[in-house]
Amino acid sequence: MFDAWDKQTGNEVNYQSVGSGAGIEQLTKKTVDFGASDAIMTDEQEKNAGAAVLHLPVTIVAASIAYNLPGVKDVKLDGESIAGIYLGTIKSWDDPKIVALNPDLKLPKTPIAPVERSDGSGTTYIFTNYLSAVSADWKSKVGAGTSVKFPVGIGGKGNEGVAGQVSQTAGAVGYVEYAYAKQNNISTALVKNQAGKFVPATVPGQTAAAAGAAANMPADGKALIVNAPGEGSYPISGFSWIISYKDLTDPAKGKALVDLFTYTATKGQQFAEDLSYAPLPPAVQDLDGKLLKSLTLAGKPQ
Amino acid sequence: MALALSPVPRKLRRPILGAAGLPDAAFRAVVLCFGALAVLALIGLIVAAMVEESSLSLSTFGPSFLAQNVWDPVKREFGTLPFIYGTVVSSLIALLIATPVSLGVAIFIVEMAPPWLGNAISVVVELLAAIPSVLLGLWGIFVMVPYLQRTVEPWFIERFPDVPLFEGPPYGVGLLAGGLILAIMIVPTIVAISRDVMLTVPISQREAMFALGATNWEATSWAVLPYARSGLLGAVMLGLGRALGETMAVTMVIGNRPDISASLFHPAYTMASVIANEFTEATFDLYVSALVEVGLALFLVTVLMNAVARLLVWSTAGSSQRVGAI
Repeated sequence: MFDAWDKQTGNEVNYQSVGSGAGIEQLTKKTVDFGASDAIMTDEQEKNAGAAVLHLPVTIVAASIAYNLPGVKDVKLDGESIAGIYLGTIKSWDDPKIVALNPDLKLPKTPIAPVERSDGSGTTYIFTNYLSAVSADWKSKVGAGTSVKFPVGIGGKGNEGVAGQVSQTAGAVGYVEYAYAKQNNISTALVKNQAGKFVPATVPGQTAAAAGAAANMPADGKALIVNAPGEGSYPISGFSWIISYKDLTDPAKGKALVDLFTYTATKGQQFAEDLSYAPLPPAVQDLDGKLLKSLTLAGKPQ
Repeated sequence: MALALSPVPRKLRRPILGAAGLPDAAFRAVVLCFGALAVLALIGLIVAAMVEESSLSLSTFGPSFLAQNVWDPVKREFGTLPFIYGTVVSSLIALLIATPVSLGVAIFIVEMAPPWLGNAISVVVELLAAIPSVLLGLWGIFVMVPYLQRTVEPWFIERFPDVPLFEGPPYGVGLLAGGLILAIMIVPTIVAISRDVMLTVPISQREAMFALGATNWEATSWAVLPYARSGLLGAVMLGLGRALGETMAVTMVIGNRPDISASLFHPAYTMASVIANEFTEATFDLYVSALVEVGLALFLVTVLMNAVARLLVWSTAGSSQRVGAI
């Protein structure tokens, strides 16, 4: 997407892929002009940043629940059963809780082998925030973050590590980034949303989640959209943010950055779906417009 | 290889022609700079930087950091014991498997194979060292782990139902998988060095044995191996060093669970892996600091293991010195 921007404006964006921690560190040390993250900055990080920071939602990402049950298609799960699997209280596929959700499937006795991401990741952040939102047990026992202490299961490194482990273990369950599952044709479960509907992880499902959450969204853009209301909302979705200082100290570069951010939040959205990310719904694009107007150039309004 | 060469006898180190000339003094200064200052200063700087970066974690947890069994970023509790356990045990498994194999390969190359075959094997073994560890890890995930999970581990679990070493469900990934991958990675190191060490054993040693009517096996085990012993230990220790610090391939197959379990089939976690896995997404100061302290602990473990190895070399060198080997 930044390539398309280069062609239109001649301004080159040098984008490097590092973890959120490193990205935020670089922003704090001002070696970069802006960063992107799947996680909201903690109060500690914002304090370290030294100046006010803006979180601008630019795309939507989701965690898909991959599973390996030969011959069983479209397994349906809800928050309680996923939390149970990862807490170790649901141990086999024929557990009454899972059977009740899938009356028309013939589920085997196979033990469930949960697989999680061992490296800190935005996907883990969204997944654990979802579980904390739907399960009080999860919230008190484990909590949410980019890395958490999972009570059971084995850790795979990266999406490919989790997917590899799931594909080789009959009965395994793992969460992977939606884009990765989609591009590799991994079979994933339908997840029950707040409205009680079972939805597959799709791009429209994620955009619907953002639209459903938009009504109650805080004005600063720092919102989790897990378990969002709306019939079509996929519940394990979250924003990916551009993170930048609110005051851009170099006016000329600042102007270029505001243009880039505006493009990203509006026209650039057309590229999202090709990359298996979900575009922002209009309500969130409007919010981004307001957020962008609040940016200042060397202390002066634009 | 330098490891095999005996140090220059002390009396030869003194200048032969009275006082040292200017070139000699300059040479000494340069060598001192490289040897003592550069290496020591580099290690000193690294340790100092790590201590500084981990000061928050050091002051928060104190020495209990090394003994704590919990690693929970959400509750901000950090302890490194499971990682130390995983690192040490997976490396020892690797050594246990790799040492006999590598020594066998080296003995075959030096003592038995015709030169063309020996050279061919050497090249292949060195090629093994050139495989990037991430590729070995992928091979581990897609070939080795499924084989362990479906064939090897069930076999052991069925036959030894009450042995804690072989307990638990066959995940495939785990301590055993980590140790096996490490073994594959350190074989080339050990083979290459022990081959060179054995090549330095004077041919007269073997000839003397053969003259006494010794078989090939007797000549190797009585003349060559004892002569090369300290160099061979050095080779094994270099392999151990590599195993302790290896990150990527192990992370991909060890299962990444900070647990301490007697079973070889249980997932574990190593110090290098947790740093590689969590450093990029460590979201608060104490977390980063704790990860740096894990690095410091890894450094400490490496130094300790090396010290033990040194002691081992010295204690065995004592006996071989009497035969005039060193």
